[in-house]
Amino acid sequence: MIKVALKGLAGRKLRASLSAFAIILGVAMVSGTFVLTDTMNGAFDSIITQSYKNADVVVSGKTAFDTDSNGNTVQPPSFPESVLAKIKALPDVNAAAGSLTDDKTKLVGRDGKVVAKGGAPNLAFSVDPGGDQRFNPLEVTAGTWPEGPNQVAIDSGTASKQHYAVGDTIGIQSRGPVQTFHVAGIVKLPGVSIGGATMSVFDIPTAQKLFHRAGKLDVIRVQAKSGVSTPQLLAEIKPLLPATVQATDVAAQVKKGVSFTSFIKYFLLAFAGIALFVGSFVIANTLSITIAQRVREFATLRTLGATRRQILKAVVIEAFVVGALGSVVGLFLGLGLAKGLNALFKVIGFDLPTAGTIFATRTIIVSLLVGIVITLVASLRPALRATRVPPIAAVREGATLPPGRFARLMPILALITLALGILLLGYGVLGHGLSTANRLVSLGFGVVLLFFGVSSNAARLVRPLASILGWPATRIGGAAGVLARDNTMRNTKRTASTASALMIGLALVTFVAILGQGIRTSFESAVDQLLKGNYALTATDTFTPLAVSAENQLAKAPNLTTISGVRAGSARIYGSTDNLTGADKNLAKVIHLDWKEGSTAVPAQLGMDGAFVDHKFAKKHHLTLGSPIKVTTPSNHTFTVHVKGVFKLPNGGSPFGSVTISNALFDKNYPSPENEMVFVNVRGGITDANTRILDQQVKGFADAKIQTSAQFKKNFERPINKILILLYVLLLLSVIVSLFGIVNTLVLTVFERTREIGMLRAVGMTRRQTRSMIRHESIVTALIGGVLGMAVGVFLALLVTHALSSEGIVFAVPWTSLVIFVVATILVGVLASIFPARRAARLNVLEALQYE
Amino acid sequence: MSETVAVPAQMAATAAAGEASSAGPVVSATDLTRRYGEGDTAVDALRGVSLDVPKGQLTAVMGPSGSGKSTLMHILAGLDKPTSGEVAIDGTAISKLNDSDLTKLRRRHIGFIFQFFNLLPMLTAEENILLPLSIAGAKPDRPWVDELLDRIGLADRRTHRPAELSGGQQQRVAIGRALVSKPTIVFADEPTGNLDSTTSGEILEVMRSSVDSYGQTTVMVTHDARAAAIADRILFLDDGLIVKELGRSDAHEVISVLEDIAAR
Repeated sequence: MIKVALKGLAGRKLRASLSAFAIILGVAMVSGTFVLTDTMNGAFDSIITQSYKNADVVVSGKTAFDTDSNGNTVQPPSFPESVLAKIKALPDVNAAAGSLTDDKTKLVGRDGKVVAKGGAPNLAFSVDPGGDQRFNPLEVTAGTWPEGPNQVAIDSGTASKQHYAVGDTIGIQSRGPVQTFHVAGIVKLPGVSIGGATMSVFDIPTAQKLFHRAGKLDVIRVQAKSGVSTPQLLAEIKPLLPATVQATDVAAQVKKGVSFTSFIKYFLLAFAGIALFVGSFVIANTLSITIAQRVREFATLRTLGATRRQILKAVVIEAFVVGALGSVVGLFLGLGLAKGLNALFKVIGFDLPTAGTIFATRTIIVSLLVGIVITLVASLRPALRATRVPPIAAVREGATLPPGRFARLMPILALITLALGILLLGYGVLGHGLSTANRLVSLGFGVVLLFFGVSSNAARLVRPLASILGWPATRIGGAAGVLARDNTMRNTKRTASTASALMIGLALVTFVAILGQGIRTSFESAVDQLLKGNYALTATDTFTPLAVSAENQLAKAPNLTTISGVRAGSARIYGSTDNLTGADKNLAKVIHLDWKEGSTAVPAQLGMDGAFVDHKFAKKHHLTLGSPIKVTTPSNHTFTVHVKGVFKLPNGGSPFGSVTISNALFDKNYPSPENEMVFVNVRGGITDANTRILDQQVKGFADAKIQTSAQFKKNFERPINKILILLYVLLLLSVIVSLFGIVNTLVLTVFERTREIGMLRAVGMTRRQTRSMIRHESIVTALIGGVLGMAVGVFLALLVTHALSSEGIVFAVPWTSLVIFVVATILVGVLASIFPARRAARLNVLEALQYE
Repeated sequence: MSETVAVPAQMAATAAAGEASSAGPVVSATDLTRRYGEGDTAVDALRGVSLDVPKGQLTAVMGPSGSGKSTLMHILAGLDKPTSGEVAIDGTAISKLNDSDLTKLRRRHIGFIFQFFNLLPMLTAEENILLPLSIAGAKPDRPWVDELLDRIGLADRRTHRPAELSGGQQQRVAIGRALVSKPTIVFADEPTGNLDSTTSGEILEVMRSSVDSYGQTTVMVTHDARAAAIADRILFLDDGLIVKELGRSDAHEVISVLEDIAAR
């Protein structure tokens, strides 16, 4: 029986491989995600391992928290270099070396702009050119280590991308304007690509001066004499350290590793899950059709003595083989997809380090398992229906698949599923006092049930939808168009399941588009409400904080009337890491805030102990005027401020963190203060001349940009658009899977209607008309899926925007996007029809008429 | 033997039953009725048919279309259930059997030959023939299989697939498949219905020889008088009843009976 199943499969290679396609892409996404994140993690691990090579103990400044509220690693405070001499003097120390690290010293490219783009780190290190480099993870590939106040070594990636060689000059921007350095050497981390990051290396005195850390060090790496254990060494070092400095065991540090790629992993796996979900629809549908076409075969097997169980086994084995083959192909396709995903991330400005591709056993096992299990689950229903084929069907002409045991309950079950899905969604969105986990579970199941519900009720909508959506086909396609529309209504269940696969993808795309539009709209209204200033000075990417020196430089502009910087940093407030911002006394002249307590005078009155907060934060922590707030900075300074004002937080957000203190207090507590943005008013308002003057003023700052208030608003939307593009591309995968679903159905339908097509050709239908008939059928089917999907997407978006209305997200329909989706749906239909239409048109009329 | 006396159906059946019981009937049916549909549109395909199929004989069932001959065969073979009445195969009453017992009974006792051959296109001739054995998980008896292939004249075609065989050859494969497990009874449903007359003759010869050489009990439904002429016994059905029975007859006798029936 197994042999029969396998031989049967071999005899239907085309059909089998068509079904396999449904699973290939989903599995490729799973495998690609694992490969990509493993490879990234491997690169990070290797960077960490290398940066502690030969060190047993590492000494560094203590931080109050490791990562800031945006998930970035906090730069530990530096400490006096005198610590190094004390450690070196220890008898058990074989070697010790101090160095500096910085993430705010940037390489400037030939275009005058910062080389590292899109939030990629600007890494800067010190090196002791005369030392033995035993702790130095870097390797010189050309030139020498930098020595002296004007020398730098740069990473090989920047050197080749920006065409710098040893002896060239390059701009470096750290705390002040751009300075020019000579490239003394090119360096790299062996075996690792650092992605979009850049590296600059200086000798210790130069680094100290450049990073504003005279007489200080950030790290001391210590190697024990042989025979000395690390705990012993640690015990000897610890008493020598000031209270703000710590010593850690390198082995433990390396072991901790990094797992920040886990977010990327689960994010991508979610899309793999969606593609697989869509794939399971396609497989179930394809199998249903092929099984319906093989009723006679199953019946014959039954007359020859095959039990129902054997029939079930035969179908399941077939599904298993298809699933296994598809999964294996998907697994290896994932290797390529990993590169594609990495490229996609690069395009949206998220360029992460990579090293040698890691193809873990886990990747192989999970990918194969997921692909096979999903195929098997999807095959279960069709397989069970195959077992219900009665032996007598062997002698009946045109025998059809008997209805399932619960056929009569199906319409009710379908309605219940739909209702349950909507209820769960409603509960998840509107339910009060739900934990986030419960809410997500309820939403997740709700969405899945909603999809099942819509798809199982869709058969009833096929006729009305097809008559409306098929109308253009009947106009354009003539007789072929009419036949095409009627063909979609012939087997409403089949059309419905085919369209459902596409429905899922389009529902999610529509949902994303509407949500994106909502976020954009609420942000725009917030900016309109808040921003009074003429210009803003921000980083070139609008988001990275800027050194205060840029503001100081801009302040000297002759046309300036007001300048007001907004400092940004992280702090520990009420036990969690939060955003802390600083405000200038002129704030009220550039930003309009609605004060619930206090007045527009508040920013000017903050002094060295005042703060203002937004109304949500105030409500959450029961703050009123005069309430004390304890703030701990990353470098462990703690101070207390008192509430002097509470403003109403606009729906679209504000530039301010939970707590805002005066810039003066901020600068006192943060060693290298930065502005997230600086707002400026000028005499005469926004004019080309004023823009030129301001541009000229900050020309020395490669990382800074002057924007008019309108540009500022527009640029702030860019990340939203980039994320939308990323989501669209990832959802495209599911749409492609459903496209294969349409191809499958059409190919199988053409098989089934061979005689009919032969008849149509015999009575005068041209090849061209035949193709057009199949194409229109495909388009109408796709449109049914597209329209259903958009309706579901709008519904989901309505629910979610309603739930998020307190966060200021409004329900706004992006009509242009929806029109584009309709066009894309038609395109899917056209693409899906190419192959089946060609097959149908190629049929030999005579043979087709005799086809049994 | 060639008498064409109209015998009331009930009598003919009783006579057949009495005759067969001494020879040990392999299939016996009592008072079979089969009604399709309900109410005004109901159709009675069988209206009370009793018969015994004696061992080692080839029984032909004839009748005009709509006479109920196919329904009768489907019910005798356990493919369809009678509205009332009972069928016993090798002494087992089948109306109470569940699906899995019926399947087991099929494996042991029943072989099928279909009008449209119903071969699996992806299997070779030999694989198709051995299919009932592999479904039952039984090992083929090699000398028997070789003899069978010889007998049906496919010894040199065993690796061909159905698409590479002529209609007659395909039906030979189907006969081999029906015989391979030495079933108690073979049911043939219009075995020559889809073949030209020369090929039909060859197929009928093979079927006859299986009865003569192996004593293979066979029931064949046909509307081809030449096919009926190879039978040991011919039952004529009309309007859901057995209206006549003949012993071995030639085609002319069969045709004249059919004409009588048509004229009634």
